[in-house]
Parts: sequence; C-alpha cells; structure tokens
Amino acid sequence: MRIEIRGGRVVDPASRTDRTATVCIEDGRIVAVGAAPEGFRADRTIAASGLVVAPGLVDLNARLREPGLEHKATLDSELRAAVAGGVTRLACPPDTDPPLDEPGLVEMLRERARHARRAHVHPVGALTVGLAGTTLTEMGELADAGCIAYSQGDVPLADTQVMLRAMQYAATFGHRVWLRPHDAHLTRGGVAHDGEIATRLGLPAVPSCAETVALGTILALARETGVRLHLQRLSTAEGVAMVREAKRSGMAVTAEVAAHHLHLCDMDIGWFDAQARLDPPLRGTRDRAALRAGLADGTIDVVSSDHAPVDDDAKLVPFGEAEPGATGLELLLSLTLKWGAEDGIGLADALARVTVSPAAVLGVDAGVIGVGAAADLCVFDPAVHWRVERRALASQGRNTPFLGHELPGRVRYTLVGGLVVHEA
Amino acid sequence: MTIARNPQLDPDGKLVHLLTLEGLPAETIVSILDTAAPFASIGEREVKKVPLMRGKAVFNLFFESSTRTRTTFEIAAKRLSADVINLNIGASSTSKGETLLDTIDNLVAMNADMFVVRHAQSGAAHLIASHLHATGKPHVHVVNAGDGRHGHPTQGLLDLYTIRHYKRDFRALSVAIVGDVLHSRVARSLIHGLTTLGTPDVRVIGPKTLLPTRVEGLGVHVHHDMREGLAGCDVVVMLRLQSERMKGALLPSSGEYFKHYGLTADKLARAKPDAIVMHPGPMNRGVEIDSPVADGERSVILPQVTFGIAVRMAVMSMIAGA
Repeated sequence: MRIEIRGGRVVDPASRTDRTATVCIEDGRIVAVGAAPEGFRADRTIAASGLVVAPGLVDLNARLREPGLEHKATLDSELRAAVAGGVTRLACPPDTDPPLDEPGLVEMLRERARHARRAHVHPVGALTVGLAGTTLTEMGELADAGCIAYSQGDVPLADTQVMLRAMQYAATFGHRVWLRPHDAHLTRGGVAHDGEIATRLGLPAVPSCAETVALGTILALARETGVRLHLQRLSTAEGVAMVREAKRSGMAVTAEVAAHHLHLCDMDIGWFDAQARLDPPLRGTRDRAALRAGLADGTIDVVSSDHAPVDDDAKLVPFGEAEPGATGLELLLSLTLKWGAEDGIGLADALARVTVSPAAVLGVDAGVIGVGAAADLCVFDPAVHWRVERRALASQGRNTPFLGHELPGRVRYTLVGGLVVHEA
Repeated sequence: MTIARNPQLDPDGKLVHLLTLEGLPAETIVSILDTAAPFASIGEREVKKVPLMRGKAVFNLFFESSTRTRTTFEIAAKRLSADVINLNIGASSTSKGETLLDTIDNLVAMNADMFVVRHAQSGAAHLIASHLHATGKPHVHVVNAGDGRHGHPTQGLLDLYTIRHYKRDFRALSVAIVGDVLHSRVARSLIHGLTTLGTPDVRVIGPKTLLPTRVEGLGVHVHHDMREGLAGCDVVVMLRLQSERMKGALLPSSGEYFKHYGLTADKLARAKPDAIVMHPGPMNRGVEIDSPVADGERSVILPQVTFGIAVRMAVMSMIAGA
C-alpha cells in the first residue's frame, strides 16, 4: 500500500519542521517528506491542503476498561475513540479487573489490541500485586509480556517501605515507575478541591497537600534509588513548583498533566455537575494557571487524556457518589491546541507535548515524522471548531465536562502503520 | 447532567423549587418570611387548617433519618390540607439497589406533586430537580430538607424568621454562629440568608478542624476564641456537635469541646444583654450548650420550632402555587 498525503502543513516537533510538504508512505513507513521519490505511484492520494500533518498522538494515560470493566467500555470502542482523536499510540494503566499484575493478562490484552488493528497499546503493569501495595509484581515477567512501565493506577501506595523497595527493585533492572502523587490518608473521603467552592457546596474536600505530601515522599525515594520516575497527573501549583525545583536540581524525572486540568477549575462544578467529578479534583484558578505555565516552561513534559469512560448511571447520582473520570481520547488534540493558542505556544511546541515528548517517556521510537519512521500520523483541520456532543463521540463513555463546548481542531485522517484507520 | 443556571427559579424569577438560599433574591426571602407570618397564628386556632394545597400529594423522602424535620414538614403539609406520604428510603428501595432517580421516577408515576427530600449527599436535591426538568416533569416541585453539608434552606428561613421576630432589622445586627460549621448545612444556609438580607457582621466561631477552608469567602468573620467572637453580638446560633466528630481526630473529647465552645452563662455574658440564643436542634446538653442557657430566658429554641412549621407552610404553598 502506497499513500501520498499531498500539500499539507507538515509539523514535526522533533525535527522542528513546519512547512508545506507531501508525505509519501510505503509498506507502513514514511519514505519521503517533500518531493515524491522517483517512480513513486500512490495507491491513494490524500489531499491535505489546509490540513496539518502531524505525528500520531501518544497518550500516556487511557483506560480501555478491559479486562473486567466492559460495562464501561471495551477495547474495541476505546481504540476506535483513540484513532478518532488522532491518538495512534497509548499506554493503559493497570487498574482493570483483575489488575494487570500477571503476564497472561498483559499478553491477552496486547493480542486483542493487535487484533483490533487500530492504535498501538502499551500496557502499564501493576507495581504491586492486585495494586494492594504489599507485594511486588514480577516486573521482569511483565516486561517480557510487553509492559513498558509499572504503576499503582489510581490506588495510592500508602506503605513507604514498599514504595522504597519497589523503586529499588525497578531501578535494579532499569524498569520505569509511573506514580500519581496522592496521599492515601489526605484524600480520604474527599470529592472536590479544598477551596471556596467545596466550602460553598458543602463537598468533602481534598487539600492540595494531599498531592505535595505524596510528591515529597516520591521524590525523596526516587532520589534515593535512582529509579526512572514519571509523575502522573499533577494538579496543584505547589506540586508544579516542587517538580520544577527537582528538575533544577538535576533530577531525571518527567511529569504529566491531564488535558482537562489545563482548562477547567473547581468553579466548573457549577451546581454539583457530576461530569466535573474528576480525580485528582479540578482545583483552583491559581493551580490551573500554574499547570499551564509549567507545561509551557517544560516543568511538565506531557499532556495526557486521562481517559476514563464511565457509564451514564455512574454519573446520574449525587456529586459525591459519582464515579470520577471523563472520556478524553477524542478531546486530547483539541484541548492541547486550545491551550497552545490561548497561551501563545507555537503549533509545533504544543504538539510536542502529545507526540515526541510522551513517546520519550514511553521509551519508544515514535511521535516523529521523518524518512524511515513508522507512518503513524494524525491529519487534522486546525481551522475547524467542533461542538462536543454525546453523539459526536466514538468512546463508549459519553461523560465529559466539556459537553456543549466548542473546541478547535478536527481530525480528518488517522494513519497507523501506513493504513488509514480513521477518516472523517 | 449539566445544570447551567440556578434551577430553583423559573425564567420569570419565580420560585419553583427550594434547593438553597444561595442566589435567592432578598425580595424572595422577605416574601417567604412575610407569607409565613399569618400562618404562625393558624396553629393557635381550633381548626388548624387552610385549603391551599387540597388534593396535592406531598412525598416526604427521607434518605437520612430525621424525626423533627420530617414531622414539621408533615404538620405543615397537613395544615395546608395536602396528602402526605412519608417514605423512609434509608430502609427500603435503595438498600435493594434502586437508584435515587429510579425512586423519583416511580413516585412521579404515582402522581407526586412535591418532594421534600433529605439526603446525606450534598447536591441530591439539585440532582432531583434537574432530573425532573430533563424528564419533562417541571410541575413536580422539590423542597430540600437537608442535603449533606450543603444546605437546609427551610431551617435557614426559620432561623431568619426567628431573628426578624426578635430583632427586626437585619442591617444592624451581629450574628455569631458557633461550632461545627464544616459539617453544617444549617450554618451554610443561614450565612447565605443573612448576607443576602444585608447583615453586616456574621461571625463563625470554632476550632480550625471544624471550620471549612476559606469560609471567609462566604462573607463571614472567623474567630477561634469564643469569648472574643461573642463580644457584643445580638444573636448566638449554636450548632449541634455530632458525637462521631471525636472519631475522625477532629476533636479530642466532648468535654474539652464544651470547655472551649460550649455556651455557658459566663460566655453568653460577652454578648449584648438582649442577645437571643438559637439552636437548630436536637441539642446536646453539656456538649455545645449548658442547660441553664438552653432553658434560660434568652433562649428562643422552642419558638424556632413553632416558627418552623409556619415557614414550611409558606414555602410549600408558594411553590405549589407557582
């Protein structure tokens, strides 16, 4: 199969390319950027004039809900959603049922994902058995099965001795550890950011120190062990400052923010809108500003979708009983573009946060456009705004606080391995 | 479900539900208090009924147990000639797995006209109101009888009624609210009501563990020392202290709490000589309030209960007439 994407604005953050060019693809790989090679006969030509040709998006945190949680979503529905959002590669956290703590589960998931022939799926293995925080998983076996990192999902690791040992063990073999900083005790019972909004609405609160206390512990133990650490879903201004300081001191750590935290804050809860029940909670405007600044100055490396499809019934309950999470794969591109446009970040720099930068955290050679690279591409129309509506979403989860919002950027074509897997 | 606007008012600003006192115009609050005044005398008549809600079905939906509030709502509805159906859901359908909104749909199918709802979760009454709107049942009304820590608007209104009865002008008052503000829907509703009516000095008094973050944002002054906080105030509102607060490491003991924040004659002496003492009930004597004060001449705790029926009659009849 030979495909020619003609006349698009090719934006490759890794090589700082931003020019109008034709991209030629053969046997799943990019064979030319610019003029077509001599004798290249395309089986299909995509007219990309006015469109941006970007590397396929890489998402570090997308829940596919398989195995065990198919009432919320399935691999099929969510991989469809991924490519509809221009995401060609994603990491899925281990918080399935059962959790991804055995090689057999990981192999089965990867096999089913391969079979779906859409986005590439990288399972993140459980750091502890059953995510229970007491026994280490067989990280070596899990790595052989295809895990690229180990995490606790959304379950805090309360036992600091276990955390120390997990990091020591992972560091021994060079395994990556991804942790979300949230203290098991300070988050207890809380459903909203500890600020004026929670006070007004009478919602049990999660203080910012729930993040910073855990972050302090994680950073100290990571320094001690030298583990390859990635911090997931920062939510507070204080947390951003701590990571900035850690990086300044020379620590090799990467960090991520969920796309919705760049745009929303606790005020968006309105009158108890359960769609705004997220974990970590939407925080204050000051936190949101700090997250955006941290993403701009490189303190935060990556924007993730924090994709969490939830069935409708789990949101049609009082705010405090609602299941946290929002569907996000199909909003990641638009929310990143919106951030870039609003904060004066160039297109290539904005796209870096969802392409080459997360690929580096994953440790895979992806998220780039260049001769010889895999043809995983996202071709989108930057000029179009679209309205987020339930029926506009491919994900089984229709839950998002952005319902009704107009967002910039619409994916027209998604290519994975040189095949068009989505077009609209 | 997106709730874009304050859903208790119709496009003309008329009250269709009572969910919170926050955002209610001062005129609406005053009009409820004015409507309640003539109802207060009905209880003294031989025939304690008016026909304003004859033929209407009022469902008391208590997902959290309550005797006093449920009873006063029941009396209020009966004095308005409504049919009252009491449901203690805590012990029935939700324990069988039925969701809150399924329960509502079923009761709507039984031709309910009004729900009086008590629920342990903040926002439960808002959820029900928006669900009724979304399912095309805007003629069914919701009265919030307490949702989690968020609001208890009829309690707030009866507190306002009581204060107005004894003190007249809200714009010249100092009101002190003492105790567990963090967990108190009563405090939140009263604060919104007082600030809306122009009360210049609303104070909250309690230890840091029982005051919510940035409570100043609600328009109140914060005090940790009760004697200092009560100085020169016109109204003292004591909040109930739940015994389970000792478990969550919020307080060491009820004894130590009483020492710092229990209302005694000695501490009350710091308030104005004619200051009134209020409590939403049920009281814990010897925990938040000393018996001689609770039973003393400045206590208006029992009149609050009587006024509560009149205020609830006013709210229900105004909403049902909407």
